[in-house]
Order: sequence, then C-alpha cells, then structure tokens
Amino acid sequence: MANWIPLWVHKLSSPPNFYRFAGVLRPWALGLALVLGAIALYGGLVLAPADYQQGDAYRIIFIHVPSAWMSLFIYGVMAVAAFISLVWRIKLAEVVAMESAPIGAAFTFITLVTGSLWGKPMWGTWWTWDARLTSELVLLFLYLGVIGLYHSFEDRRQGARAAAFLAIIGIINVPIVHFSVNWWNTLHQGSTVRILGPSKMSSDMLWPLLTMMFATKFYYIASLFGRVRTDLLSLESGKDWVRQIAEAQGGASAAGAGRARAAEKESQR
Amino acid sequence: MSHATLASACAAVLRRDLTLAWRRRGDITMPVLYALIVVTLFPFALGPEDALLQRIAGGVVLLTMLLAMLLALDAMFRSDIEDGSLEQLMLSPQPLALMLGMKILAHWITTALPLIVVAPLLAGMLHLPAPVMPVLVYALLLATPLLSLLGAVLVALTAGSRRSGMLLALMLLPLCVPVVIFAAGAVAAAQQGLPWLAPIAWLGAALVMALVLAPLACAAALRIALDS
Amino acid sequence: MTPFSWDHFIAMGGYAAYVWPSFALFFIVLIADYLSPGFRRRRQLRELRGRMARQAARQQRNPSVP
Repeated sequence: MANWIPLWVHKLSSPPNFYRFAGVLRPWALGLALVLGAIALYGGLVLAPADYQQGDAYRIIFIHVPSAWMSLFIYGVMAVAAFISLVWRIKLAEVVAMESAPIGAAFTFITLVTGSLWGKPMWGTWWTWDARLTSELVLLFLYLGVIGLYHSFEDRRQGARAAAFLAIIGIINVPIVHFSVNWWNTLHQGSTVRILGPSKMSSDMLWPLLTMMFATKFYYIASLFGRVRTDLLSLESGKDWVRQIAEAQGGASAAGAGRARAAEKESQR
Repeated sequence: MSHATLASACAAVLRRDLTLAWRRRGDITMPVLYALIVVTLFPFALGPEDALLQRIAGGVVLLTMLLAMLLALDAMFRSDIEDGSLEQLMLSPQPLALMLGMKILAHWITTALPLIVVAPLLAGMLHLPAPVMPVLVYALLLATPLLSLLGAVLVALTAGSRRSGMLLALMLLPLCVPVVIFAAGAVAAAQQGLPWLAPIAWLGAALVMALVLAPLACAAALRIALDS
Repeated sequence: MTPFSWDHFIAMGGYAAYVWPSFALFFIVLIADYLSPGFRRRRQLRELRGRMARQAARQQRNPSVP
C-alpha cells in the first residue's frame, strides 16, 4: 500500500540525492536553530526572573540542560544509524553515524564544562563525583573511543563499520554504567548533591528551556547535514556527480584555476 | 559436525595457545612483575602509614590487575593475525565464537591467573586485613574473566587498524567502569563489615552474560575488522 | 518588574564570571563545529580539481592511454 515510502527512502539514501536534499534543508535548519535560540536566550536571560535560591547563576541551565539532552539524543541517533549501517550496509547510515560522533562529543564537552562552571558558585567545587556527572564523563569517553577507532583505520568504510559496532556496544553499556555509578554513589555517601534544586520549574523558566531544546535539535540537523555532505564528497570523489560539483565551484573563476594548480603542486610533493 | 570433533577442535585451540604461551614463559611473568612494581611504588608515593595503606589496598590491587591485564590485552590476537592463523580459524568449519572463546580462556589462564595468585601477596604488602582476602580473590576471580572477555571484543575491533595501544585503553575505560565499581565495592564493603554478597552477585551475573555474548560479539567484530 | 538595564544584565546578580563564560563556550564550540566541515570540503574539492587537471593534462599528452 504505502509502497512509495521505502521507494522514497531508497532514493534519498543514494549519495547524490541526499547531497542535494541536505544542501536544500541545511540553511533552513540553521535558520530555525538561530531564531529559536535567540528567542530562548531572550526568554532565559532577560524575561525569566532570577531563581530565589540560586540567583542568576541558574541561567546556565538554558544551555547546560539542552546540551545534556543532546549528548544523549545524539548518542541514540548514532547507535540507530550504526545498527542500520551494520545490518543493511547503507553507506549513508555509516556516514550519519560517524559524523554524529563529533557533534555529540562537542555537546558532551559543553555539558561538562558548563556544569562545572555552574557547580563552582552553587556547590563551591568545580567537580564532584556525582552519579550524573560521572556518567556524562563516561559518555564523553565513549564518544572519543568511537571517533578514535574510526580514524585509526586505513580504510574509512571499514573504520566506520568497526566504530559502528563499538557505538552499539556503548549503548548497551550506558544504562549499566548509570546503574553502577548510582550504586557506587549510595555506597560512598557524602557527595550527594542535587543538581536541580527545586524540581518544580515555573513556566517562565520552562519555555525558554524547551525552546532551546528545539534550537539545539535543529542545530544538530544543520551541522550533521554539513558534515555528511562533506563526507559524501570525499567518499565518492571518483564519481561523476562529485566531479561536476568540483568543476562548477572551481572552474568558473581564474582564481579557482590558480588554486587548483597550487593544490596540484602541493599534492605532487 | 559431530560433538567429538567440536570438542577436539576446542581442545586443540586451547592446547595450541597454552603451548605457545609456555614456549615463551618470560612473557607470562611480565604482567606479574609489572603489578609487583606498581604496588611497591604506592607506599613510596603515599607514605607507609598502615591505616592509609589498609584503606586503599583493595582498590590499588584491583586497578593494578586491571592495568596489568590491559598491557597484555594488546597481544591477544596480534601474533595470530600476523602469521595468518586467525584467518585459518575464521575459515574453519567450527563456529568462530567458540574457537575465540577458547583463545580468550587461554589468554585468561596465562595472564590473569598468575595475577590472581599473587594478588593476596600484593594485598598483604599493603596490609589488607586477612578476613577481607577471600573477598578480594572472589572479586578478582569474577572480574578478571569479565575484563578478558570485554577486552577481547575491543581487541578484535582494533585488529585491522594501524595503532591500538592507547586507543584500547580509551575504549576499555567506559566498559570497565561497572566492573571496577562492583569489584572494589565488594572489597570495600567487606572491609567495613558490611554484606558483600550483592556486588559479587552482580559481577557473577555480568560474567554469565559476557560468557554468552562476548565470544559472539568478538567473532562479529573480528569479521568486521578483518573483512577487506 | 524592574526596568531593563544593561549594567544589571551584564552583572548577572554577581555571577557574571560563571554565566558568561558558559555561554561563550557554548557558542565558540558550536561555531567551530559548524564551520569545520566547510574547510574540509573546500580542501577536498581543491584536491579533486587538481587531480582532474592532472588527468586532463596527461590525456592531452598521450590520448591513447585512458
């Protein structure tokens, strides 16, 4: 009945089609991310009142929590794409999985540093071995492992498949780590700090937070599409459609030709 | 494929690996020597007070075992990849997962078992109380095969890559966090006089799961990494 | 509600030293992440054009070899 859906997916997953599709969608995603981000920042930094316990320091929440959500969300996307790439061997899924990893690592890094900047005035320390912080740190190592494994292979597609396997092992591992760290925390009491003081949030704090969450989602789409487009170009560099793009972008101007000659010399060396 | 041939194939792989390890007995002693050196250095760095050493003894011994195993892990499949015997194994009619399980067992016998044997000695050097000693050994008996199994999967993944030493440590860290937590937790609980059976039981459950899944994952990883 | 003042806004209730670096880091990391594939892409296309130019030149010299 719905025969056109698999057909559409199949067509879209061919590299030249996806390259064009991503190129059209990318500016829109970035635009939405910027508009939503601006609204959220205005709401969070200007409109929302100061917290009665934490003063203005709590405003870090508007980037810290969306980043933390994204760090987990992107890991999920990466694992799903990794699974698809291993089962159906779709080149596009490999590229999506591998190019998600640096974005996820960036968000994890932001989460850790902003959390630390928030913790210093609130708890009086940059770092505490809290269950959530520790899990987030382990998540960063998972991301770095995937990126490292991907780049350690001579053959990129083989590296992508090995790293995809690691990503799947990782997603089984994440809940185990979280559980064990929680257990460990109850064993060693003393450093139990509640991250979010009041669990009930007033609505003028909540809507900027949710808006920021959507902004980071759209940002992820924009960044991912840019990365995937670049990766597709290098993976398919022998194909005609890539050659046409190269000619269209460089052949028109004399400066382009000059650069091409310089690059040629460079690569001959 | 009858049962006899499968069992004999397993035995053959195990015997071959153990014989190879025995021919190079020097390599077996290296992790033990390494663990001894690391544990000896701790009192020099932290001071020789009994109370302090007692408190950290369990954790130090566990981490030393972990690091010593990490050092040996890198070599698990290397010589087999270099001389092509691993590819022979992949082409053989016996299930690859089972054969790899035997290789992992051989690796555990040659690296982890000597470490477990000297563990009470190392813990004694740090004044770990004698009643805690059996708990430490139980924890090690469950944690080291778990680390061998998890490590084998990662080693298989890096089999086709250029460099692996540091990368292996980076990849193993998230996987070994729960193992370290529960193994050290059991020792710490025993030291405080608390019930220590729960963490040991968790380790056992994880080991059973890893025994089933890790050889399969290892075989899949090896097929990915060596498929070219 | 108090009227908006820039000084008050910048001061962040005394937490400026923690709030602004967080936001700065957020934007710096994301901008760097967003721009990095652009540079990579330009380099790749440049190298590809170089390769194509070399190929064309070789073909001009001896057209019999593909």
